[in-house]
Amino acid sequence: MGGVLVFSEDRELARQLLGKAVELLGRLGGRVSALTIGIGEEDLIKHGANVVYIANSPSGYAVEPYRTILLEVVKRESPDLILVGGTKRGKELAPRVAAALGAGYASDCLELGVDDAGRLLAKRLAYGGSSIASETWKGRPAVATAPARAFQKLEPSDRKGEVVKLDIVLPESKLRLVESRPKRVSDAGLENASIIVSAGRGFKKRDDLRLLEELADVLGAKMGCTRPISADLGWMDQWVGISGKKVSPRLYVACGVSGTIQHAAGIRGSQLIVSINSDEAAGIHELSDYSVIGDIYTVLPALTKLLRERKRS
Amino acid sequence: MGDLDKRALEAAIRVKETAVGEVITLSVGDEKTKTTILEALAMGANSACVVNDETLGRLDACATSIVLAAAIRKIGCYDLVLLGELSMDTLSAQVGPRLSELLDLPQMTYARELKLEDGKVTAVRDLEDVDEVVEAPLPSLVSVIREINEPRIPSLMNIMKAKKKPIIEWRAIDLGLRPEEVKAASSIEVLDVVAPEVKRKRIVIKAETAEQASAKLVEAFTSEGVLEGQ
Repeated sequence: MGGVLVFSEDRELARQLLGKAVELLGRLGGRVSALTIGIGEEDLIKHGANVVYIANSPSGYAVEPYRTILLEVVKRESPDLILVGGTKRGKELAPRVAAALGAGYASDCLELGVDDAGRLLAKRLAYGGSSIASETWKGRPAVATAPARAFQKLEPSDRKGEVVKLDIVLPESKLRLVESRPKRVSDAGLENASIIVSAGRGFKKRDDLRLLEELADVLGAKMGCTRPISADLGWMDQWVGISGKKVSPRLYVACGVSGTIQHAAGIRGSQLIVSINSDEAAGIHELSDYSVIGDIYTVLPALTKLLRERKRS
Repeated sequence: MGDLDKRALEAAIRVKETAVGEVITLSVGDEKTKTTILEALAMGANSACVVNDETLGRLDACATSIVLAAAIRKIGCYDLVLLGELSMDTLSAQVGPRLSELLDLPQMTYARELKLEDGKVTAVRDLEDVDEVVEAPLPSLVSVIREINEPRIPSLMNIMKAKKKPIIEWRAIDLGLRPEEVKAASSIEVLDVVAPEVKRKRIVIKAETAEQASAKLVEAFTSEGVLEGQ
């Protein structure tokens, strides 16, 4: 049958993937199918799915039952592309499904397209985030994941679509969930923050982070940092970068950040990047829309003061 | 050895130190892999297995997983398959889940803590919004993240001892694999690798004073519309 099969347990991400699936269908043919666990079939149809499969997974999320459900839909649809939302759960599911199918898998695709020869192409980060690789699949189906906001969802409209209830017996998961501990809010929010202020090695001691806190406070921003500040010095819990959080805020303010390739890979999705660094040669300036060549110890207090005054008036 | 590979090995050695058992390292490599293997043996692995077969050529993750799965079956008796969450080269985090599928093992990814007790493995999985404590029977597969531990630095004595530890080399045929079939299983072709294009404005603000610089920044924030709703 061909086409694109979309799955993400993250509803908003599923909508974005459907937007891409509809676009690819013009070149691939076939139809857009989607899988949902439990609810939400109408929403998926409104966002571009031609057919939605609904399954029940009584025990909540676990990779083994989800794998079995997804493979069942693959059997029915024979898609050219299986596109899974690149959450952590999605990224452990997709390669497992790829292995079951003997298929190639490209993770965290930033772009997906079809070239003139009809090949499906993916662009993704490689080599620690320093490079972008173009990859293609040698056979079908192709399996891919894509992160949030890589693709745009369609405006919801009253489309018609088929709904299929899956009635399959799921194998018992070998993994038993003992406990699920929600994370602290301060750690959880960085990926979805609309403004982030971030600390690098320009901060000389831990106490000095209050300068960043004050700026975060007036901007309503979340605080992030580079890997040395977190992993080496332990001043903050989570860092931004290829091995840490990948962020995409409206505004990213890098304070005393040198701008390594690993950090750059984590902030690439930001709408506006502003850096404050006294070192004119620091790599961060090349990654920035606006660079202040100046000392964070004088610029941050001045900036905070000015923003406070602006807020009051 | 990659940073996460090293942490996976450290986790394995710590399990060995609290339970009875041994640590075997497994790799697909060539002559150059030897240095890495010696490093692993110096850290505390008991022995090493390496699939060294130049007829295989460069393999992608799909084909590599098939080779590793065959080698793990050949090793036969094991409680845990431990590996790093992803390699920094390809950033693709797929060998773990693929091995779980090929070997039908419980799949514990993103492990930040790990414990082996009473014939069961317990791990804390680091997900976006929650930490999940999960438990599985042995054998199981666990892939670890950076927070799992700090790998040890081998002593000079252990570096010397490592040279005497057994290294078993296999070719594809020893694992019941035909090189041409393994090569045909490669399913991703890398067309090119380029430096990412940076499309930033790169406007430099130089000012006499911090106040002047800040004023220009606030002006920029306003004109870019990033302070909306404030």
